[in-house]
Amino acid sequence: MALPARWKNKIVPSDPSDEIMELQMGPSHPASHGTIKFNLKLDGERIVDCDVEVGYLHRGFEKMCEQGTWTQCFPYTDRLNYASPCINNVGFALAVERLLAVETTERCKYVRLIMSEVARIADHLTCLGMASSEVGATTVAFYMLEAREFLYDLIESVTGARLTVTWCRVGGMTHDLPADFQDRMKASFARLDQVLTDCDKLLSRNRVFIDRMAGVGKLAKEEAISYGLTGPLLRAAGVSYDVRKAHPYLVYDRMEFEVPVGDRGDNYDRFNVRFQEMYQSKRIIEQALAALPEGPVTITDPKVVLPEKEKVYNSIEGLMNHFKLIMEGIHVPAGEVYQAVEGANGELGFYVVSDGSGRPYRVRVRPPCFLGMGALNKMLIGRMIPDIITTFGMINMIGGECDR
Amino acid sequence: MLIEKLKARFGDEILSAQDARDELTITIERERAYDFFRALRDEADFEFNFLTDITAVDWLERKPRFDIVYQLNSLTRGHRLRVKIGVEGPEPWVNSVVGVWGAADWLERECFDMFGVIFKGHPDLRRILMYDSFEGYPLRKDYHYNKRQPIVAEIDPVVNPIRSSR
Repeated sequence: MALPARWKNKIVPSDPSDEIMELQMGPSHPASHGTIKFNLKLDGERIVDCDVEVGYLHRGFEKMCEQGTWTQCFPYTDRLNYASPCINNVGFALAVERLLAVETTERCKYVRLIMSEVARIADHLTCLGMASSEVGATTVAFYMLEAREFLYDLIESVTGARLTVTWCRVGGMTHDLPADFQDRMKASFARLDQVLTDCDKLLSRNRVFIDRMAGVGKLAKEEAISYGLTGPLLRAAGVSYDVRKAHPYLVYDRMEFEVPVGDRGDNYDRFNVRFQEMYQSKRIIEQALAALPEGPVTITDPKVVLPEKEKVYNSIEGLMNHFKLIMEGIHVPAGEVYQAVEGANGELGFYVVSDGSGRPYRVRVRPPCFLGMGALNKMLIGRMIPDIITTFGMINMIGGECDR
Repeated sequence: MLIEKLKARFGDEILSAQDARDELTITIERERAYDFFRALRDEADFEFNFLTDITAVDWLERKPRFDIVYQLNSLTRGHRLRVKIGVEGPEPWVNSVVGVWGAADWLERECFDMFGVIFKGHPDLRRILMYDSFEGYPLRKDYHYNKRQPIVAEIDPVVNPIRSSR
């Protein structure tokens, strides 16, 4: 259509192909579960540059840990990765126990292992359910969240809480497994099996799902290693690194399980690795329950573990013991330890430094998803806006852990 | 053993080495740190291809005041190593290892953010968890845990255009 003559000089011709649009996506975006901001530079819908801003959930975890006693850190660790708090609890307890050179009981190791794996399945269900709902598979999200409820019921029966469990202590746990745990677990797992089968059918060969996931967010093996990715992100790129196998802790060396590995390093592989890991975790739990030894779950070293209430109320020694441990904290010998556990998102490391007093001198968490977010812009540049959502979903950033 | 190999290869570059609680820790000089880390990554005896973590510990009374702590891991050989560099405040610095491991990018930014350690040669050293106008370095021991700072006013994106990743 010809323009009127009087407009001729007023319209500046522009070439849309060289126009770069700046877009701030976040920090509160309905499709990104987590407070995070992407500073995008876009050529049409193609991402030319992506600056990832984290830190919106920074609560000074490491600073606050230095203010209390060692035991008082446990509630903070719950709030790192709140989708699988049991693993955080176990990791911190193991780190302090190694500093103390304390060996927990056999049963304690098995129970911790069982609960870590239950938490891992719950975490994967959350991640995959949310990621599916973001690509339109809302049914899967509800199925998976329902399955997660069965597991939360299990966790609640053991720890008394669903999310913020604060259930480990240095030297043991607050609670042993309930007497009917085996039956509860069987019932939960039977229903979980059904959900996993259904979700597998709904997703794994679903054209829409594969188109959104396959080939998206790719990261080559060498890059994944260089960027410090761990967990499903690294394994999807073809590196078979799992802390449970490479640096076994608890009793993982006695368990038989496989480490699922992908080969393309894209979102579809990440999805599959997580999905297969849930079956492996189930396998581990069943083995551990079959081999679960009898005995106490907590050691009785009075320098580490609180005395029984009976003694506290009826003897002056017990009362003083209790008072000292609460007021001064456990006296951990000076030194440092780096303890890694396999969190649901990768290597969760606790680097703890003690100066010999009752308080931690330094608690450092090596958060797996922080490193994943660091590599996010490498995965996204050159892709489209909708790919942000799936890639971000598969990194499974947990704000509490990433920002601490 | 790893410790003998390290001593044979690097000699007096290793200021001290200790093996405690099944963990090997060595202390090195900061001036030659970059080449040291490159060698650790590339040489067949070590193959530390994976940088697990970079952080710092503030020993307020001690000289040097800060320990910069690197946790290294070898995915191929399955061994771990902790490397420390002692640096002095109030503006401590070390050379950046972004050229050795990509993971150092964000880890060094966080260490700078929390401790004010300058990583020389880092392509984009700016705050990561705290906001830009935050004053001080929160994980230093002389920063009181209860100190309050004002929430910053919103930044007008038209006046201050958004950042690039590099």
